[in-house]
Amino acid sequence: MAVSTETAAPLAGTGASTPRSRRRKGGWRTALTFWYFVGPFFIGLIVFTVIPVFWSAYLSFFEARNTVTPLPEDFIGFQNYTAMLQDAAFTDALLTFTVFAAFIVPLTFAASLGLALLLDRVRIMRAFFRSVFFLPFACSYVVAALVWKMSIFSGVRYGLANTVLGLFGIEDTAWLFDPSPPWYWLVIVTLRLWIQCGFYMILFIAALRQIPEHLYEAAYVDGAKPGLQTFWHITLPQLRATSVAVLMLILIAAYQAFDEFVLLIGNQAYARPPLVYLYYNTLGMVQDLGRGSAGSLILALIIAIVTVLQGRFFGFGNKES
Amino acid sequence: MSLDSQRSTPVGFRPGIGARVSRAAALAVLIGLAVLFLIPFYLILRNALATDAEITAPGWMWFSPDPAWDNFSRLFDDPSVPMARSLLNSLIVAVLTTVGTLFLCTTAGYGLARVPWRHANKVFYVVLATLMIPGAITFVPSFVMVSSLGWLSDYRGLIIPGLFSGFAAFLCRQYFLGFPKELEEAARVDGLSHWGAFWRIVIPNSGNFLAAIAVITFVGAWNSFLWPLVIGRSPESWTVQVALSTFLTAQTVSLSQLFAAALVAILPLVFVFLFLQRFMVQGVAQTGLKG
Repeated sequence: MAVSTETAAPLAGTGASTPRSRRRKGGWRTALTFWYFVGPFFIGLIVFTVIPVFWSAYLSFFEARNTVTPLPEDFIGFQNYTAMLQDAAFTDALLTFTVFAAFIVPLTFAASLGLALLLDRVRIMRAFFRSVFFLPFACSYVVAALVWKMSIFSGVRYGLANTVLGLFGIEDTAWLFDPSPPWYWLVIVTLRLWIQCGFYMILFIAALRQIPEHLYEAAYVDGAKPGLQTFWHITLPQLRATSVAVLMLILIAAYQAFDEFVLLIGNQAYARPPLVYLYYNTLGMVQDLGRGSAGSLILALIIAIVTVLQGRFFGFGNKES
Repeated sequence: MSLDSQRSTPVGFRPGIGARVSRAAALAVLIGLAVLFLIPFYLILRNALATDAEITAPGWMWFSPDPAWDNFSRLFDDPSVPMARSLLNSLIVAVLTTVGTLFLCTTAGYGLARVPWRHANKVFYVVLATLMIPGAITFVPSFVMVSSLGWLSDYRGLIIPGLFSGFAAFLCRQYFLGFPKELEEAARVDGLSHWGAFWRIVIPNSGNFLAAIAVITFVGAWNSFLWPLVIGRSPESWTVQVALSTFLTAQTVSLSQLFAAALVAILPLVFVFLFLQRFMVQGVAQTGLKG
């Protein structure tokens, strides 16, 4: 992954002073060229990503309520952090996220890998199926939430789910507005599954194409039964790098879940993920930027730890790149 | 690499009767799943062309016998929902975000990949480090920054903070590292500067890659919700997603108009998908392979 720093050797016949040879690696002209290309992007990255992170860290140690002062002066140490961790609403939000991740991560992983494997088996209409499964990715969470809430899982008779269940004589279910039994998880999880599994399916299809065919031939010669046996001993190990990347992407996306929760459930304590909590508590009526920042950083820490653990568990350290 | 290329043998399977049966079974499962995946699109279309009474009537109606095309004209005439304005806002935001991201991230990616400055590595590590930061962490301080710049309810606030995608710059760098060096060197010998070689040789020969980045950026910008919701404080600055969401959470709402709005909101992207899917699939595959 090292940046290529070799300078081109002067080409034969062009003499010793090509433009390249005058611009040495450390020369100010090279530096100027470099910043000519990278400067505009890099300044923006510093201003809109790096500074907000440090600013957030700074705010988290200060009393910063109802203020837009860039640098509040009321230092309160770790009080924002302890307040957040003692706030039942915040810890509930962490619990909600954990439950959500426990559903959505394995389900999306299995569904997208399953679709990719199925597509690999058929010979016809492959591009058509791929388009169909990928198409929901064009849908925003807002549009999907609208369909899920107002048409599929609307708790009244004309909703699709209740219509289908009605055929079997099952009574109407209030999918979203009744926290027990927690049917809302079905609504939330199927929505995200529908939108994103085609995207990860594409990643798996690309990875499946990279598996050298001779591995399967060799296994066949050695008497391995095609199907489950080759899947466990060849396909799955060969997909490891992609699997780890996909798991991380699903997890990080789940951790930032906001749209469907806020639109389907709103600011309800029974299913309020961290981002919805932060949205209402730092940008809503309360505007406590200090605590909001502390909450963001606690979340960042948790996600970093989980990512590292997940990487360790699946042997990310062995992956080259 | 094309995702459409056929393996001579599908993964894990050899031709034979068993394989043919399993292939037929896979096909049957895929058809069932495809129907399931298309149901939400069908519902949008069905409801957008029905009247409220038809939608809420008992008994299932597959399609309205008399399509209510006037749902769309009523939608755009309704003064309480700034539908036309929000579509225009979304278009402006998505197009400018795409153009800006392409410009900033290709130049940065090229510089990082090809200009042999001594400290280029250190700059690249900073870019890599920002990839580890989930956007959710920075949205509170970013909001404070944008509001103190006076960019709330403003195109600048909607567009500019989203232009500096570390991920896109990273992808561009990886791509340019693999760009054939000989082409550029020939141009450099002919007296072109790095900048000239970039614009005259590298960019014109990278069409597919640029299209992939552009389509993915456009879709992301069009569908994004949290940031436009936080920034768009006044109805004139709502994007179509924000307008839809307020429409959805409003107490009095016409179902048919709601679904007409949803149809209008997804139509541009469905077209993008139908015509540019090749690039999207390539782009997604690339992000997977290189990430």
